[in-house]
Amino acid sequence: MISPNLSAIFYLISGILFILALRGLSSPETSRQGNFFGILGMIIAIMVTFLTVGNFSTAMNYVLLFLVIGGAIGAFIAFKIPMTAMPELVAGFHSLVGLAAVFVAISAFLNPQAFNLGSSGNIKLASLIEMSIGAAVGAITFSGSIIAFLKLRGIMSGSPIIFIGQHLLNLLLGIFIIVLIYFLCKTQSESFFWGMIVTSFLIGILLIIPIGGADMPVVISMLNSYSGWAAAGIGFTLENTALIITGALVGSSGAILSYIMCKGMNRSFFSVILGGFGGDTTISKEKQKDQKPVKSGNAEDAAFLLKNASSVIIVPGYGMAVAQAQHALREMVDTLKKNDIKVSYAVHPVAGRMPGHMNVLLAEANVPYDEVFELDDINNDFANTDVAFVIGANDVTNPVAKTDPQSPIYGMPVLDVEKCKSVLFVKRSLSPGYAGVDNELFYRENTMMLFADAKKMTEDIVKNI
Amino acid sequence: MEIDPFIFRFSIFILSIFVGYYVVWSVTPSLHTPLMSVTNAISSVIIVGAIIAALASSSNDIFGTSNIFGFLAIVLAAVNIFGGFLVTQRMLQMYKKKKKDKK
Repeated sequence: MISPNLSAIFYLISGILFILALRGLSSPETSRQGNFFGILGMIIAIMVTFLTVGNFSTAMNYVLLFLVIGGAIGAFIAFKIPMTAMPELVAGFHSLVGLAAVFVAISAFLNPQAFNLGSSGNIKLASLIEMSIGAAVGAITFSGSIIAFLKLRGIMSGSPIIFIGQHLLNLLLGIFIIVLIYFLCKTQSESFFWGMIVTSFLIGILLIIPIGGADMPVVISMLNSYSGWAAAGIGFTLENTALIITGALVGSSGAILSYIMCKGMNRSFFSVILGGFGGDTTISKEKQKDQKPVKSGNAEDAAFLLKNASSVIIVPGYGMAVAQAQHALREMVDTLKKNDIKVSYAVHPVAGRMPGHMNVLLAEANVPYDEVFELDDINNDFANTDVAFVIGANDVTNPVAKTDPQSPIYGMPVLDVEKCKSVLFVKRSLSPGYAGVDNELFYRENTMMLFADAKKMTEDIVKNI
Repeated sequence: MEIDPFIFRFSIFILSIFVGYYVVWSVTPSLHTPLMSVTNAISSVIIVGAIIAALASSSNDIFGTSNIFGFLAIVLAAVNIFGGFLVTQRMLQMYKKKKKDKK
């Protein structure tokens, strides 16, 4: 219907709109406009594809039908999903992109004429390599994301699954995939193609199972990146600029997020990928034997401290979200603010289960975003603050990360809560956090432990102020 | 000798990686979760390939094997497109109604 040149221009436009969509996220004010650009870019890409193919036969009805079915499912999920479940949702969505890439590669392989790639059994070499890469990366993204989803959802244990020769096996499988692609290119035989896809599914599973729950933020970001590279691979096959641009954007975005997350935990990317860290089982038992004195208090004590403070910093962690305490917390902060107490929030890069997760959870509880600060921006303020209110966070406040080179979390950037005049620590027990490290903050002179469910404790404090 | 069109696409690819690199670093950390969901949504532009695959038929056989994979990919990508953009919208909406009682 429309010429290939014209449609290429339109694909370029939608690629640019996608860039603007990401650009919009540089501030909350422009972000909604950015999302609108993204939607516009998608509509243009889909419309242009319809016009370019120009086939409005009965097949078109089915295309629209399936589009509506998928769209309805997606919309339903988007409106129903609680914000605490965003990490699982994103992992699940990654798996869909991966699988879609695999399916498109399969159709291109089975029916190359439709994509201008030559004929069955005689596909252009470059296209064959491109679609193989797209399919392999897509398959890895799919099965890897499924494992990440199951771990985040708690269906599968978060502890790493490790066996001897794991990395060697992965390496061999990786080489095997390349060998299969080589023979696929040489013989154009279908069986190599299927073998390559199956092996990729397998390697995706094997790559993610050794990675522990604590490292999930890195895994999600990494799979985000993979889904981008898969899309780019398919983009090269289809010679489609919109897909190539998008794939590159998403690929680099995921890579940067992985980097930020690794930095937040002071882990090298490779040690995360190789896995074996942060399981539920790594808790060192001997440390719990030496009982140190702990000062504990109740809601009244906490309310007294807070009421007499002139500045308070809240340090929320994932535990707060699990206890659904964010709304109660905001209520508490509102009450404090009425008493002319300065309150701000300190968010650690890895507080939560994915990049920026805690910010979304606070935003959901109507916390104004200009009261929420990142680690680097607020860490110097603790020394001039009366009370630090740590709720549901643990490892990210552990001073051991600064003092004990033996500790597994040594070197991780932490919030300097111990510099506050007093620290209130809402926690169920003295148990160590995700990293399995005892928090020496519990035993400090200026720390008061509030042993309770985060939500209940916060509500009680509100009553007592 | 003429330059292979692949090289042009490859140039676009490399330049886009650079654009992505700088654009993503400018994203504020508090919006990293929406960033992930929106990148998720836009990477579903792979639906373009799915549509081509689904519509590529010799009119009498709209359910050939390759078409079926196309239809399946359409469903998957559509879930992602609608789900991704809408959930992003929902999150960004929560960043909106701030600026309340500041005294």
